[in-house]
Amino acid sequence: MIHLTIDGIPVEVEKGTTILQAAKQAGITIPTLCYIEDLLPDGSCRMCVVEVTNNGRSKIDTACTLQVSEGDEVQTMSEKVIDSRKKTLDLLLSDHNVHCFSCEANGDCKLQDLCFEYGLEETSYEGEMTSLPKDESNKFFSYDPSLCILCHRCVNTCTEIVGRAAIDTMERGFQSVIGAAPEKVWAEGTCESCGNCVQACPTGALSMKRRKKYRAYQVDKVVRTTCPHCATGCQMDLIVKDGKIVDVKGADGPSNRGLLCVKGRSGSFDFVDHKTRIRHPLIKNKETGEFEQATWDEALDLVASKFSEIKTNYGGDALAGFACSRSTNEDIYMLQKMVRAAFGSNNTDNCARV
Amino acid sequence: MKITSIEALKQHRKKVQEAVNAYTCRILVCSGNGCMATGAQKIYDELSRLTADMMQVEVEMQKDLPHVGTLKTGCQGICEYGPLVRIEPYDYQYVKVQVEDCKEIIEETVKNGRPVTRLFHKDGEEVYEHPMDIPFLKKQTRIVLENCGNIDAESIDEYIAAGGFSALAKAIGEMTPEEVVDEVDKSGLRGRGGGGFPAGRKWKQVLRQEEKERYIVCNGDEGDPGAFMDGSVMEGDPYKLIEGMLIAGYAVSAENGYIYVRAEYPLSVKRLKHAMAQLEEYGLLGENILGSGFNFHLHLNRGAGAFVCGEGSALTASIEGKRGMPRVKPPRTVEKGLWEKPTVLNNVETYANVPKIILKGADWFRTIGTEGSPGTKTFSITGAIANTGLIEVPMGTTLREIIYDIGGGLKGDAKFKGVQIGGPSGGCLVDKHLDQPLDFDSVKKFNAIMGSGGLVVMDENTCMVEVARFFMGFTQRESCGKCGPCRIGTKRMLEILEKIVDGKGRMEDLDKLKETADFVRARSLCGLGKSAPLPVISTLDTFRDEYIEHIQEKKCRAHVCKALKNYVIDPDKCKGCTKCARNCPVNAISGNKKEAHVIDTAKCIKCGNCMNNCSFDAISIQ
Repeated sequence: MIHLTIDGIPVEVEKGTTILQAAKQAGITIPTLCYIEDLLPDGSCRMCVVEVTNNGRSKIDTACTLQVSEGDEVQTMSEKVIDSRKKTLDLLLSDHNVHCFSCEANGDCKLQDLCFEYGLEETSYEGEMTSLPKDESNKFFSYDPSLCILCHRCVNTCTEIVGRAAIDTMERGFQSVIGAAPEKVWAEGTCESCGNCVQACPTGALSMKRRKKYRAYQVDKVVRTTCPHCATGCQMDLIVKDGKIVDVKGADGPSNRGLLCVKGRSGSFDFVDHKTRIRHPLIKNKETGEFEQATWDEALDLVASKFSEIKTNYGGDALAGFACSRSTNEDIYMLQKMVRAAFGSNNTDNCARV
Repeated sequence: MKITSIEALKQHRKKVQEAVNAYTCRILVCSGNGCMATGAQKIYDELSRLTADMMQVEVEMQKDLPHVGTLKTGCQGICEYGPLVRIEPYDYQYVKVQVEDCKEIIEETVKNGRPVTRLFHKDGEEVYEHPMDIPFLKKQTRIVLENCGNIDAESIDEYIAAGGFSALAKAIGEMTPEEVVDEVDKSGLRGRGGGGFPAGRKWKQVLRQEEKERYIVCNGDEGDPGAFMDGSVMEGDPYKLIEGMLIAGYAVSAENGYIYVRAEYPLSVKRLKHAMAQLEEYGLLGENILGSGFNFHLHLNRGAGAFVCGEGSALTASIEGKRGMPRVKPPRTVEKGLWEKPTVLNNVETYANVPKIILKGADWFRTIGTEGSPGTKTFSITGAIANTGLIEVPMGTTLREIIYDIGGGLKGDAKFKGVQIGGPSGGCLVDKHLDQPLDFDSVKKFNAIMGSGGLVVMDENTCMVEVARFFMGFTQRESCGKCGPCRIGTKRMLEILEKIVDGKGRMEDLDKLKETADFVRARSLCGLGKSAPLPVISTLDTFRDEYIEHIQEKKCRAHVCKALKNYVIDPDKCKGCTKCARNCPVNAISGNKKEAHVIDTAKCIKCGNCMNNCSFDAISIQ
């Protein structure tokens, strides 16, 4: 075991632990922009620098890459560290479109939070800013290079976690931009639109198109639920504003570890408030041929009587029950129970074959 | 034909040596890049055509006529005077040879042994007959380049005749892998790619790894503007590089090697491919090399022209087919390099040093160079120097010896201003450094790096602010875009430098420039970013007065920065001939015939047409 102190707090960790991990154990937060837990550190954002003194020698290095040594005295908020972080933010800000008022990520942006924390109102640099147009080619989300800080969280998520490797850094130097080969256009690559890159983005550079307008601080509540699609059972958080679902985010469940697929992320809540959604039982008027609103009792009585009629006239095997895959296991169980026990038939199935 | 044992190699060497000795006359045409550019291929073709008959005659009918071989060699060194032709056994060195000279060379020298005096290199009254008389070559110590220019770069037999692969035979036949690593470690050989990390220590670390699948990788992605040392070795003596890699493979028990060559070196690629095919044919690459049970396969990868791929982790990523971007360390390349396996990564020159070390021993190697940096270093000297070219000198040679004794001083005897060492990642050495011995450690102290050894000599006509701007433009374009300090920091520095050379700089820009340079140097992720600000830092340190002149006086003393040039007509000298006005593309010059003319500086686009056309020397830059 290695012994060190972080901001004066003694910490004991295993050899090979990084300072960032050790600080987490000690309950100390070091700011990061590019870091993704469980992955080899990208080390590109340079925000997590700390000052480490050992044997009278001190150096500033990134906490995500630096492994602990016996006797390290780590300072996470020394004057030099703060100065370095400010300069890092200053450079990032010099190539960032700061029209935060119109940005969807306003209030939910790590760059904004850090600039606020370190007292940076504007950049001290003059100069060119990325002028590439917004990429709207993907049906589900858009990419705005003028908001991108090239932290590569999206690329690392897509390549290392999702395993799709649909996007990468394109071009070089100041022209660097995220995109898909060959011509940078997202839709022309192998992207499956799962949107995990969007969730990984710390700024507003990647944004879901179907996201309804809301600010992070306007959210009434977050409801943890299970994705209604397939049997993987991904956990997701429904974001609710004014009593309506406005967004969904992958939650850290045992089967999905924060990820979602394109159906879970982009096809699992729009129907809730859709204008064509049927909200009451409807019975067709034989005279007019139009559906008319009915009570549940009326509707259920009608269906039950028709089922009984068929069973009496043609036998139980003339009936079948087919459950929707979006139903819960309990509901589906009850349906097959009804088919077998009440209909007296084994004709039952479910479409959960995604 | 396979050479299946060390004994068979010896036999073959004897045979090819006899064949080489059978030539009564050898014509060596330099086919290094410089000479190829000035027409060496035509010279070679012409000489081959002229000697073809003679060979035929010799072989078939008249045994008394000379047996002539025309060879394409690697760089003979004095690139400034190409195309170069050397004739053995007379050891005549001909320079600036033209196609028309070939016939005379054949008639006079080849047939009759008489020199063609007018083709010798001349410096004032001095005429140099033999290559080793020329100061440029005389003062060098050639280990890495020993065969360059002396053997046919496309003939494995010539390499074998010159003693090639005897180091490999010695390593395989007489030494254990550990002994090979120890010998390299003891020699103190340091990586010639720039950082100067001890090669032996690197090999030892790889040998220690538990993982048994290991790789040998050669960095031949020489990307510095003005550097062509590694290219010259790959073109001139590809066998030596491969022998070094084979020895490394044996030493650390690696079965696969990769050479990463920049695609801009088509000749290197061609020669290496050719050499690899020959080695495979001889069984010196492949399974059971020299009957020892040692297997080694070599692969060639072409880089796509990214400077950052000279960085170790970006290079291995590129070989793996990924975007060439550096990653953070640890894990280091010796632990998890190519395909996440332990990897020895050295550059061309480092591997090319290895055969001689194995053959002659670490103690011999340590007699050359300095205590901390044994051996020699190749440099390519370019820029405002009389003799541009490729040189190899012992470590610890001073800049003065390189520039004045070997390089022949500055072109046109101009005043020396500085030397950019280590390319865009390096720094600028000036007057006060002229007598300092150059080695890995000393150069670092001067805020520069040895780099791979590019030396760009600058005279008083060089604007140092513009030099800093040029290099910053280069590194900015070549930044991989991963970390902010390098991607954005170099851009902001470039913008400030552009402002200054445009005459729009302010004094506070200098502080911002220095602050940004220090930050980028300290906080960048990889070596490219960390060293990118060095040209700015070193010129700001040494030539701060030039920066201030640009800002305060709007003056560029070297008259390089276009925006700061002011063309002025001397009314006393102007005869009113109107030639300048007629040649001005923007009608900025006015005046009546036979009266002094005036330039409207607001309209002037500083093209210099007027000055070039003035017959009375009346126009000057102020």
